[in-house]
Amino acid sequence: MSVIYVLITISIIVALVFLYAFVKAVKQGQFDDTYTPSVRMLFEDETKKAETNPKTENQ
Amino acid sequence: MNTQNCYHCGLGIEKKDEVLFDDKHFCCLGCKTVYEIFSLNGLTDYYTFEKAPGATPQETNGKFDFLDNEGIVTRLLEFQEETTHIVSLYIPHIHCSSCIWILENLNRLCKGVRSSQVNFYEKKARIVFNPQEVTLKEIVLLLCAIGYEPYISLENYDAKKPPVSRELIYKLGVAFFCFGNVMLLSFPEYFEVEEYWLDNYRGFFRWLIFALALPSFLYSASGYYVSAYKSLRAGMLNIDVPIALGLVVMFVRSTVDIVFDLGQGFFDSLCGLVFFMLLGRLFQQKTYNFLSFERDFKSYFPIAVTKISNQAEASIPVYEVAVGDRLLIRNNELIPVDGILMSPEARIDYSFVTGESEPITRQSGNKIYAGGKYMGRMMEMEVLHTVSQSYLTQLWGNEVFSKTDKKDYKTLTDTISRYFTPVLLTIAFVSLAIWLFIDVHTAFNVFTAVLIVACPCALALSAPFTLGNILRIMGSRKLYLKNATVVERMAKADTIVFDKTGTITTNNKSEILYEGDFIDEKELAFIKSLLRGSNHPLSRRLYEHLPTANLFLVDDFKEVTGGGVQGYVHGFFIQIGSAKFVGADEENSLQTAVHVSFNRNWMGKYVFSNQYRTGLSTLFKELAKTHELKILSGDNKGERNVLQKLLPKGTELVFNQKPEQKLAYIEALQKRGKNVIMVGDGLNDAGALAQSNVGISVSENVNVFSPACDGILDATQFRKMGYFIKLSKNAVLTIKMSFTLSLLYNVVGLSFAVMGLLSPLFAAIIMPLSTVTIVSFVTLMSNYFARRSG
Repeated sequence: MSVIYVLITISIIVALVFLYAFVKAVKQGQFDDTYTPSVRMLFEDETKKAETNPKTENQ
Repeated sequence: MNTQNCYHCGLGIEKKDEVLFDDKHFCCLGCKTVYEIFSLNGLTDYYTFEKAPGATPQETNGKFDFLDNEGIVTRLLEFQEETTHIVSLYIPHIHCSSCIWILENLNRLCKGVRSSQVNFYEKKARIVFNPQEVTLKEIVLLLCAIGYEPYISLENYDAKKPPVSRELIYKLGVAFFCFGNVMLLSFPEYFEVEEYWLDNYRGFFRWLIFALALPSFLYSASGYYVSAYKSLRAGMLNIDVPIALGLVVMFVRSTVDIVFDLGQGFFDSLCGLVFFMLLGRLFQQKTYNFLSFERDFKSYFPIAVTKISNQAEASIPVYEVAVGDRLLIRNNELIPVDGILMSPEARIDYSFVTGESEPITRQSGNKIYAGGKYMGRMMEMEVLHTVSQSYLTQLWGNEVFSKTDKKDYKTLTDTISRYFTPVLLTIAFVSLAIWLFIDVHTAFNVFTAVLIVACPCALALSAPFTLGNILRIMGSRKLYLKNATVVERMAKADTIVFDKTGTITTNNKSEILYEGDFIDEKELAFIKSLLRGSNHPLSRRLYEHLPTANLFLVDDFKEVTGGGVQGYVHGFFIQIGSAKFVGADEENSLQTAVHVSFNRNWMGKYVFSNQYRTGLSTLFKELAKTHELKILSGDNKGERNVLQKLLPKGTELVFNQKPEQKLAYIEALQKRGKNVIMVGDGLNDAGALAQSNVGISVSENVNVFSPACDGILDATQFRKMGYFIKLSKNAVLTIKMSFTLSLLYNVVGLSFAVMGLLSPLFAAIIMPLSTVTIVSFVTLMSNYFARRSG
């Protein structure tokens, strides 16, 4: 069997994996709200900072 | 730091109410309390994302007592298990990243809350909590305490979430997958090199392309076949007919080509077409999730009401209210059912239901109708009809509300395609007939090539992209339309009907004019002192209106219900109230006025006239040039003269219209061949809004309530109505221009096809090229128009 069959099969499989990942992401509702997560991901660090903040503030 | 504005809510601070805490300035105790809660829990980062993001918490006064009723709570919950409850609450105040942050950190403010997630567009917070540690009521009260009061209405009662439709996104994903891979695999063929390597694998490549095109053809494009079939059955030729025809022909021709080894087929163009057209659909489908255009009385009505039985009060769901029940209505609560007033007297604000601007007074034993807002401390009533039998709710039984959409409307694209399709078929068959005499084999090729190249992809895309873009532009300028066809319908309208109360007048704000003898400053202070004790809405407004002064003590203060107030100030006996109460001659009963007398001598009266929106007369002058204008009011004729002065000549004024009369009025206009835009606000306009060609509801706060309509206009943008209408007309102009452009492409493509010269490579170039130019053309044009006229 020629190598081209192998290569193309692999490339199609990779493409199918991405398609599957996309379908799964849609199913999970990742495309329902496209704004909030973009804001949320910026919070992570702030929250940690806030947890140490109250002690210094309350003293 | 800005000392002028409140650190929490950003409103201006009045010096006398200013609260200083933690070196920060607050406009009231409420705002300070919220800050205190946050700072105690280490959540002051709330103020770092956005400046002054908060809202002043409002008094709840037992407003949420119905959450003690387990039956109602169960109805509101999305998910229920022993230790886990999930509830989605609609919180209108959500507006910035600080809001998301604080609500998603709710678990740090409240113990039993496990997690919460905000959907910013829908303005909803989904809260997971442990019912053994915290009740829903406690959570709701906490939210109120930090200024995030949820809005719970009757609509939430049968809140079974409608399934979200994600079909288009799936289809688009699949189409893109097919498009990309087919394009890559088609590349070797584009160069048409006669080479051993290519010859050897040609079959493999072609069948792989065939396999990859299948999902796009069968699944992604399925919507077009269904729509084409439906339109054929209805005896109409919409734009989807030639599209579906083109797609099917393309597929069959390509399959034949590769089966008989005649060529590579048009699978690449097919996949590209499907992908671009779906993209257009997605673009057109701009929706405003946080707005609802389908609202009925349910989202205005309360979910529960207080019932009195055997001297005990209990919250019961509104649907369980039975005839003969005794209900308790508190201040600012809505009367949910028709009934008989049992309290001696009540003032009820029906402005939202009938359009009357002033609250009316009802005596014990009078019939009161659902939908009014009670103003006073408390009132009791006996139920006459259940919710669904009430006068107001019966309006929704009218057939205009069962029509889900204005389906019978023909879009511009549909009109064009009615001519396009027959012409296309004629060209295809004529060229087939001619070629049959010359060369039978080419005849088949030409016939299919005509159908393929004429597939009106660019034509079908120009309207969605233009309208989608206009929809977005209008949305950013605060006119939110339900869908893209509304833009077209708006452009077509020739008559605009306005409601009066709440639409061309602002709510709650009235201009107050004094007529009568001169009153000096000291006397004004006397009046203000006397008014201070009264809770009557007119007194409150007049009190706010009068200049600040040092107030005096009032002796023998007395409030006569239905009359006015009286008392001794500084030795003067002052009466303020209705003409009869004060002893004045009743000249104009249509005016809303408060009369004043000193020592039983009539001094003058304060006339409350409606406050019209700014820019109203300029707007009307502008609109009158192109449209017929009408005012349709549920209110009395009191304002006729003022309106006539304000509005251009020829504006028809109709008063005392009941909701169903408004509907009939619009219907009559339409029977005369008019295309009507109805601009209204309240429940009383709901029928007219549904009946009109375009119903636009004006709303002071777009998040709260507006009746079912085609568009919601933020009240601050009211004077821009003219701009929006002009923009919609320009949108239609843009579509027409791009139609010409895309027809030009079709002519070029067709001339190649008819001559039998259409190669797959040529098709693969001209089709995306036409699509891209059309899309960029309409986007640029609509943006240009939006900027130029605005």
